[in-house]
Amino acid sequence: MDVNKIREDFPILKRTMSDKPLIYFDNSATTLKPQPVIDAVTHYYTYLGANAHRGDYEMSGQVDSEFEGARKVAQKFINAKYPEEIVFTSGSSMGLNEACIMITRQYLQDGDVVLSCESEHASSILPWMKANKKIEINYIPLDEQGKITIENFKKTLNDKVKVVCLAQVSNVLGFCAPIKEITKICHERNILVVCDGAQSTPHLKIDVQDLDVDFFVMSAHKMCGPTGIGFLYGKKKYLDELEPVFYGGESNARFDAKGNIILKDTPLKFESGTQPIEAVIGMATAMKYIEAIGQENIHAYEVELKQYFLDQIKDMDNIVVYNKESESGIVTFNVLDNGKMIFSQDVASFLNTKGIAVRSGQHCAKLLPDVLNVNSTIRASFYFYNTKEEIDTFVQALKEVNLKNCVDIFF
Amino acid sequence: MPIDASLLREIIMDHYEYPRNKSLTQEDGYESVHMASDSCIDDITVQSKIEDGKIKDIRFDGVACTIATSSTSIMSELLVDKSVKEAQEIIDNYFNMIDQKDYDEDLLEEAIAFQNVGKQANRIHCATIGWKAMEQMIKESEGDKNES
Repeated sequence: MDVNKIREDFPILKRTMSDKPLIYFDNSATTLKPQPVIDAVTHYYTYLGANAHRGDYEMSGQVDSEFEGARKVAQKFINAKYPEEIVFTSGSSMGLNEACIMITRQYLQDGDVVLSCESEHASSILPWMKANKKIEINYIPLDEQGKITIENFKKTLNDKVKVVCLAQVSNVLGFCAPIKEITKICHERNILVVCDGAQSTPHLKIDVQDLDVDFFVMSAHKMCGPTGIGFLYGKKKYLDELEPVFYGGESNARFDAKGNIILKDTPLKFESGTQPIEAVIGMATAMKYIEAIGQENIHAYEVELKQYFLDQIKDMDNIVVYNKESESGIVTFNVLDNGKMIFSQDVASFLNTKGIAVRSGQHCAKLLPDVLNVNSTIRASFYFYNTKEEIDTFVQALKEVNLKNCVDIFF
Repeated sequence: MPIDASLLREIIMDHYEYPRNKSLTQEDGYESVHMASDSCIDDITVQSKIEDGKIKDIRFDGVACTIATSSTSIMSELLVDKSVKEAQEIIDNYFNMIDQKDYDEDLLEEAIAFQNVGKQANRIHCATIGWKAMEQMIKESEGDKNES
């Protein structure tokens, strides 16, 4: 993997921030886009142009071929059994909401339990909290490192659990949950498994048939693709049974005034209205781009960057890292001044003046501060286009962080 | 006249490390505004006691950054014992300063420490969170008066 060559694919890496070369370490929030993805999106606007599944002319046929071709790329990307198991969504949040609404309506009763955990993103928890049946959410306790363990999962299981909804990789700590083992146990008890792949698909090779999860969601923008696009994977037997959340053009074959509706088959019945066609095509290009580099190489390099960072700061006693053990490119930490924690946002604003983009706050995992016993943290998340030189600059900046310097940025 | 930046920084750090009026009360006669929905980081509650058109007391508590904590602390000292009319004038001038518009420096006293907060655009919210809470309570107190 030639990082310098890869960096040439990303035009945005040439820009500056706060008049410094951009060092982008907020990759868990969203990732930067390589030229092939930008070109694919532009190609739709400058050449393809037409709607999908609608016209009897050459342009439209070309769009259909790209659009349905993208579905097959997505199918292969996660090794789904059928292309029909890929339903385009605006991203993971929409996929999780749709899965929750459809599952609640057709499969759940008042009093049923959904299992989640305390490090989950809001999108995995809030849809169940606001579901139109009385769904109880139970949380698998995390171990002292912040991980989900099979033992704790088994302890939380009971006869009322009907759905387990978990992220494959936590967006704050970067731990990988034992989804395959959890799913095996769930299926012995007829429990459905909904897996949030937002933070795993950019970094790990996904095989939904091997994991055997029933539903899986992802967002393209977290893996070099466009914003506003992702997909909901569902096993075909479930997608065929489920009624869509949205209705409208393109999802129905015919209807009459009496309310007789014949929906199209899976997956088109779930895709009412014109889809973001350019984003679908861009997502497929991003998937091919990631596959060409190789998820194994990406993951190994991110872990190497994280270890390099940890080695550089090991003698700095003003930095508290909360997830040293997780094998990922995510470092979650706080900075101390005279033993007192500096508020994460003050540190993030200071780093901004050095051209460094990190995230401060709770990272949409609002239950996690109770586990970590801190109100907020700073998250630096590395990706394959980051370099050790960037980490050197980052470490140098962290050496300068104190309360006085954090306030001085305002003068 | 440019003011020494180190002096302004000292004001902010002093109010951050030793915030004034930073505790809430259960006493009667206080209104309270919880500023938690604007941002997912700063979480501040501001309380005030307004009687006969005069601000008798301002208190606050919560978890927030240097700028949110110190600006709310300074606000709590600056606006207490002012009439709601005087307080509103100070608030208007403060918001003008934050927005880089004309303002009366003499009215703002220590609050001029935040004159450059707009240099970090995403932090303007931090410098105004406590002030907005106070303005809301002033407006509500005026609304009550108009209704009676």
